[in-house]
Amino acid sequence: MMEIRNRQEILLHVNGDRRRATVRGSDTLLQVLRTELGLTGAKPGCENGDCGACTVLVDDWPVKACLMLAGDALDRRIETVEGLHNTGTQRAFLEHFAFQCGYCTSGFLMVAEGLRRNRSAAHDLEQIEWLRSNICRCTGYAEILAAVRDALRSEVLKGAGLTLAPAASVPS
Amino acid sequence: MAVGQSVLRKEAPNKLTGRARYNADLSIPGILHAAVATSPHAHARIRHIDKAAARESPGVAAVVTAADAQGLKCGEVLEDRPPLAEEETRYWGEPVALVVADGEAEALAGVSRLSVTYEPLPAVLTVHEALRPHAPLVHPDLSGYRQAQPPVAPRAGTNIADVAHIRKGHAEEALRDSAVVVTAHYHLPPVDHAAMETRSARVEILDDGRVIVHATTQAPFEVQKLLARYMKTQQGLIIVNAPLIGGAFGGKTTVQLEILAYLASRAVGGRPVEICNRREQDLAMSPVGPGLEADMTLGADRYGRLTGMKLTVYLDAGAYTDSSPRIARAICSECTGPYRLEHIETDVYTVYTHHVYATAWRGFGHMPLTFVVERTMDKLAAQLGVDPLEMRRAAAIKPQDTTPTRVRLTKSRLGDLDLCLRRAADLLHWDPTPRDEGKGTVRAQGLAALWKTSSSPPNAISGAIITLNQEGSLNLSTGTVEFGPGTKTTAAQILAERLQMPIEQIHVHSHINTKVDPEHWKTVASLSTFMVGRAVMEAAEDVIAQLKQVAAIVLKCAPGDLEVAHQKVYLRDDPEIFVPFRDIAHGYSYPNGDAIGGQIIGRGSYVVRHITTLDARTGEGHPGPGFTVGAQGVEVLYNRRTHHYRVLTAVSVLDAGRVVNPQVARGVVMGGINMGLSYGSREAVLFTRDGALENPDLRTYKVMRPGEQALQYRVDFVETPQLDSPYGARPLGEHGCLAMPAALANALSRAAGVACDTLPLTPEVLWQLAGMREA
Ligand code: FES
Ligand code: FES
Repeated sequence: MMEIRNRQEILLHVNGDRRRATVRGSDTLLQVLRTELGLTGAKPGCENGDCGACTVLVDDWPVKACLMLAGDALDRRIETVEGLHNTGTQRAFLEHFAFQCGYCTSGFLMVAEGLRRNRSAAHDLEQIEWLRSNICRCTGYAEILAAVRDALRSEVLKGAGLTLAPAASVPS
Repeated sequence: MAVGQSVLRKEAPNKLTGRARYNADLSIPGILHAAVATSPHAHARIRHIDKAAARESPGVAAVVTAADAQGLKCGEVLEDRPPLAEEETRYWGEPVALVVADGEAEALAGVSRLSVTYEPLPAVLTVHEALRPHAPLVHPDLSGYRQAQPPVAPRAGTNIADVAHIRKGHAEEALRDSAVVVTAHYHLPPVDHAAMETRSARVEILDDGRVIVHATTQAPFEVQKLLARYMKTQQGLIIVNAPLIGGAFGGKTTVQLEILAYLASRAVGGRPVEICNRREQDLAMSPVGPGLEADMTLGADRYGRLTGMKLTVYLDAGAYTDSSPRIARAICSECTGPYRLEHIETDVYTVYTHHVYATAWRGFGHMPLTFVVERTMDKLAAQLGVDPLEMRRAAAIKPQDTTPTRVRLTKSRLGDLDLCLRRAADLLHWDPTPRDEGKGTVRAQGLAALWKTSSSPPNAISGAIITLNQEGSLNLSTGTVEFGPGTKTTAAQILAERLQMPIEQIHVHSHINTKVDPEHWKTVASLSTFMVGRAVMEAAEDVIAQLKQVAAIVLKCAPGDLEVAHQKVYLRDDPEIFVPFRDIAHGYSYPNGDAIGGQIIGRGSYVVRHITTLDARTGEGHPGPGFTVGAQGVEVLYNRRTHHYRVLTAVSVLDAGRVVNPQVARGVVMGGINMGLSYGSREAVLFTRDGALENPDLRTYKVMRPGEQALQYRVDFVETPQLDSPYGARPLGEHGCLAMPAALANALSRAAGVACDTLPLTPEVLWQLAGMREA
């Protein structure tokens, strides 16, 4: 029998499902998510780690999927924007009109979600520090920062058993 | 009902779940990939291309070179660009050959096996070099090129691709008689659009002759026409699809990858082929925004009234003209800035150089133009010792004045600049005197004013089609591409307002298909609201007339007795007597089954009236339907020792005519401000001495990141209706960025006590300027 070497089937744990994918050793997680698994929410913006449009969560931490080999994602919990369902983060982005073309949005959402899970009490400067990994060319960033601040604030309040009415508009 | 409301963009929810699909998300299984071999020289003769090894590479289906393009020359205005370099390459990064293969990796491997022998030639990299006597010519055959969209005035035997002029009054004498005259030189580098989505195209040529294109384009109808012309086939056979676009900023008006993908598909028997720019390629191979050199002289009398001006601009087109000659004329049209000047002498040269070519960039030349004019205005105010705000207010162009192209202005056409200036000054708490904040830190402000019209071709058209679903909801089809500002939603708002019905009952699609959607010239020049809006209004009238016609029979009355609102047609004097849309949308059926009418289908079509091309000598002509004026400003905190600074406040007041969607409008303006400040503070496409791109990725081509934006935005609008635009709305998509670099430079000039006449204003540049001052 012929030995088939350069492509191999792997099992990835994505958005709560176990998914099979056939990959080459050199394939990035981003390529595999998009072309093998049809999860096109993570976007290529540079494939060089510069823009963050490809950000996903790996074990709850934001990772640039263009910089991770698919092979390194075995046995890790991967979440893409398609795995977010009506989260406070998404609602905050909607309320604040925190996107225009939307191309950067999945990446920003995943960073924000990572913040919410790991550092929900982060102050403004720390939030900015996290978000600086990503670029948006359309907005003025104030909308995105306001959305993230809101999402985190309601998370903190929720921890205290409180809820916050939706934000009315983009602050000036 | 809908106009004036902050309506969520129709496609917004999909953008939060990853379900919004952009071009590269819609690839098809089994598609071939084309990778591009690009020129490693700014200027070189191609001695030989050896395809054999690449062709033998695993998975490679074809190698395409200029020979396969059969002498084709492309270009929007002047056909000067071969899709693949022929005997010569004219910029570092220029496409030379395509390798078509099963996958991207195979195609790239093929490219690495392609061997091209070059003979490097001397290159001209700046307009200075290009204009020197005996400079190497970028296009020795300049006079032989077909002029696809005149006017354009190439000068054979030089690197001047075009010259455009404004001659009005007697500038020479006016300046001679002026009490004060300032002259300054400005240098602005080329910049990249850096949309987060890189450009891509897929083409498939079917056996029945149809050509199916999917592309990241702002101009699907232009792609259709150009491909039909280049490939000598019917326009009706070229079907161009434009899905959601991930940011455009003018960079997706150019037609480049579509042609390459067509050639690649043709080389493999019409099979579908995809070409997707990697970021490095998007920066190096696909066009940028033009840089320029400019000299401006501006005079005033002893009361501070502007007397005359002279402006010479050298637009750095790079290796090919693309839309530069049109940008040159747009600069001419508004060369005074929004000020009254009767004596003008302006020359805009489009100059070829050996670097990546330029195309439209948000504002179509108006951001650099505004920089030049507004810096000069500040210098003049300083010379006269007057408050720059007051000088601008006094000089502001007004109704009954004429523009540089001699268009007589009305309030409707122009808007209210003075109000914008006053409002912006209020929002900034205007104070022209820098304030010492201690420890070498200074707080300073800068203001700048702007204006812009569309500079669209006289025959630019737009259409709208409305069909009714049986239940009485509506489908609205228009030709605008969706790349962020929510043009589809705006069109739906206009329709909802006209029909007095809920916007939720109006369905739009964000994917354009040139075969089924009516043409909209190009989604550029911030013109969509005006042009599409007019077409939508006309289509709405058509729908109303048809609804009334059927309802009149059903209700046994004259159509003139009827009104339309809330998805009903009702008697004006007794609204209780009505027929709902759902009973007549697809014809009306009587109880016995008899039916009358049919599906209601409304159509609207619009062409901007009275637009003319500009006179070749004087520039006289009518470049656009109306203006958007505005004033912007910044307050900066600047450290005189480290030359670092922060923008504390950014202010923008545009005359929007009527704000259709307040929150979207604010967002678009804030985005514009951020882009303008990014351009002003850090962006430049840089070339090495040999003409290689020095910063071909987003790590080195720096754009604004979160936290670097202005600490505070103050965005406001003035509303002076443009009477022939739907609900009075004026264009505002591009304008948020236009005066920001100028305002920043004016503030920093004051803070640092130097003349900031170049961009980007990095701390290093400010340090150099300060050093020059000391020396
Ligand atoms: S695509 Fe991964 S960081 Fe840009
Ligand atoms: S919304 Fe377009 S890049 Fe962020």
